[in-house]
Amino acid sequence: MEDMLFYDRMQFAFTITFHYLFPQLTMGLSLMIVYFKWKFLRTKIDKYNDAAKFWMKIFALNFAMGVVTGIPMEFQFGTNWAKFSELTGGIIGQTLAMEGMFSFFLESSFLGLFLFGEKLMGQKLHFLTGFLVFLGSWASGYLIIATHSWMQHPVGYEILENGKFVLNNFGALFSNPWLLPSYLHNQLASVITASFVVAAIGAFYLLSNKHSEFGKLFVKTGVIFGLISSILVAFPTGDWTAKNVVEHQPVTFAAMEGIFETEDKGSEIILIGQPDTENKKLDNKIAVPNVLSFLTYQRWDAQIKGLNEFDESVHPTNIPGLYYSYHIMVGLGTIFIGLMLIASIQLFRKKLYKTKWILWSLMFMLPFPYIANTTGWYTAELGRQPWLVYNLLRTADGISPTVSSGNTLFTLLGFIGLYLLLGLLFLMLAGKIINKGPETTKQI
Amino acid sequence: MELFWYIVLMTMLTIYVILDGYDFGAGIIHLFFAKTEKDKKAITSAIGPFWDANEVWLIAAGGVLFFAFPTLYASSFSGFYLPLIMILWLLIFRAIGLELRGQIHNKMWETIWDRAFGIASLLLALFFGIALGNVVRGVNLGMVTDGVSEHEPHYFFLPLWNSSFSPHAEHLGIIDWFTLLLGVVGVVALTIHGANWIIFKTNSDLNQKLKKVIFNLNFVMLALVIISLFSWHIIEPKPFHNFIERPWLWIFPLIAFTGLFGLFKVKSFKKDGVGFLFSSLFLFGGLTTTVASIFPKVLPSTNDVNPSLTLYNVAAHEYGLSVGVYWFVIAAILVAVYMFVQYRIFKGKMDDVGYGEH
Repeated sequence: MEDMLFYDRMQFAFTITFHYLFPQLTMGLSLMIVYFKWKFLRTKIDKYNDAAKFWMKIFALNFAMGVVTGIPMEFQFGTNWAKFSELTGGIIGQTLAMEGMFSFFLESSFLGLFLFGEKLMGQKLHFLTGFLVFLGSWASGYLIIATHSWMQHPVGYEILENGKFVLNNFGALFSNPWLLPSYLHNQLASVITASFVVAAIGAFYLLSNKHSEFGKLFVKTGVIFGLISSILVAFPTGDWTAKNVVEHQPVTFAAMEGIFETEDKGSEIILIGQPDTENKKLDNKIAVPNVLSFLTYQRWDAQIKGLNEFDESVHPTNIPGLYYSYHIMVGLGTIFIGLMLIASIQLFRKKLYKTKWILWSLMFMLPFPYIANTTGWYTAELGRQPWLVYNLLRTADGISPTVSSGNTLFTLLGFIGLYLLLGLLFLMLAGKIINKGPETTKQI
Repeated sequence: MELFWYIVLMTMLTIYVILDGYDFGAGIIHLFFAKTEKDKKAITSAIGPFWDANEVWLIAAGGVLFFAFPTLYASSFSGFYLPLIMILWLLIFRAIGLELRGQIHNKMWETIWDRAFGIASLLLALFFGIALGNVVRGVNLGMVTDGVSEHEPHYFFLPLWNSSFSPHAEHLGIIDWFTLLLGVVGVVALTIHGANWIIFKTNSDLNQKLKKVIFNLNFVMLALVIISLFSWHIIEPKPFHNFIERPWLWIFPLIAFTGLFGLFKVKSFKKDGVGFLFSSLFLFGGLTTTVASIFPKVLPSTNDVNPSLTLYNVAAHEYGLSVGVYWFVIAAILVAVYMFVQYRIFKGKMDDVGYGEH
């Protein structure tokens, strides 16, 4: 039984982690492509259209990866989490089915037109198809986060005698207080990924002295989008999301922040340190007194509940994992704001393209938004443990009763092998597109 | 309400089989009959702008199954664990075969992805046929051994096969001689269907040859249909009881046979789309006949201890099903508009689309 749960969790964690590397770029990049395309329509300067076309190539490859790794996600609710699906399908099935009907059809129908139909349709219609692809991908995000929010903070349901969750208020799924903050936080995080990727490729072109015209455009656009999204992801949306956790999942908040004991005179904010869950303390810590209380309740001496206040049966199952995920996300988020702020100042002073160390930093920063997005999701998911539906259904009670651990390990290994291959192919082909660079429209 | 969603689900699955079915069939043709680069290009162009949207029907149908019939979704997806995951892997291979082939112009690279696309398509057609066979035959719900259920009455797990390959064994496997037979039916039916699509959407040199292929395969198809009907008798003592009680259901087998016999005239069709119409009719009729014969069961039980799953004992609660109708109708209208736009813009022959060449 223990093994079954372990392998089911590993398979879901592995496949969703790998999958979400792609949609986070898809959602953010579709916004930026729509921006380039719009800029072209307004100014008629070919450079913007060429930029849009270049990023469409990366987008198409990335989108295909997202689709093929996304289908297993929908199937796995049933294959590996059958009991969970049976009990809650009447509710989470609503939002997941809506995702299929509203966004996947929209995306898949218009992506083909967007990629192959520029000559066929003319510029305005082409812009429209791009916009519809953007709309589809953001709608998909919305419905996934609506599903996620229900698991974090169940609303609009009742539980029947046989343990089944049934919906009694459809509107509640969408007015869930968890939904909007999480959605905005997540979408801004995906814009961060896209803007850092665009800026990194731009910096690469400038530093290697090729496609300099596009290098400048990409760095500039990436930095402006990056600054705005980095700030907004922390404040107000990150703050707003954290306050939801404080209010509805206080034990999760204590574990995230590494607070083992309640402090009567206000809690310190922990910057660095290693949680020692055996002895219930934090090693090697660097902390600032009272700041956490202030950030949470706007009072320096406000009391924040430590893990000691809660029964161990409701503690998150992996406290160090949760603590590190959260701290890595916040740490990286702070670095993003700092770098983008400095880059923006240099941009404003018209010195950015010659400030080598910033260009190098932008280029090497490329993997970090992916790490921040991933650890952000780990914070949400590990924070919800040991529950599938918060406070109502335990993770251990949600797995498929008849699928043996040997079968799950077999498919997990298969997924690892297959995704390794996909990852290599993606890097190879993306590298090829980037190396070739944007093509300029021939002047006639 | 259950019946409404049942019809919706079956309609979506049928649309999926008809649409993605031609993609699988095109893949099988690609594997066995496409010899020149030009043939291959014609085939991938014929399905290029569509296959992705076609696959969405599977995902959307999966979503509707999840939300309207959660117990069936949970029971069948965990019970058919291994083949479903393998279907996922095959879908991935088919997709990257199509998407990545054109990214690098190198003979070896292209050969690898041609084969990945072709073999994945062939196996998918086989697996979907086998899946249909499993649903018709039924499973050992509750995993009953010696009259005792080892699990809750609606859960089961099937290994890929058991040593006897018999559909009558107490412990069944996914693959036995009956389900394998339906797998072969699936491969032949979709090969014919895919060939018809290629004829419809291209001016390829292959088309004359494909007409012969369809004509010959149609005899095989007819033989397989007759064998299947006889073996059905072995599985189910009264396979036609639904049709005897509700005679109007005979319309479905009638449609299937119209499609099947219509295709014998494939060589003399004036318009290229007619063949595709007939093979679609055959698929539609065949699927609906199968589903109607076990109605209202959706997954029969092979033991006497636990009852079969029917659309009534696996459905979600009334409120959720009713409220779903509102958004579903809106979404369905939008989908119809998208499909209209898409097929309108990519209407006619597809030889010049140059799919996969960025």
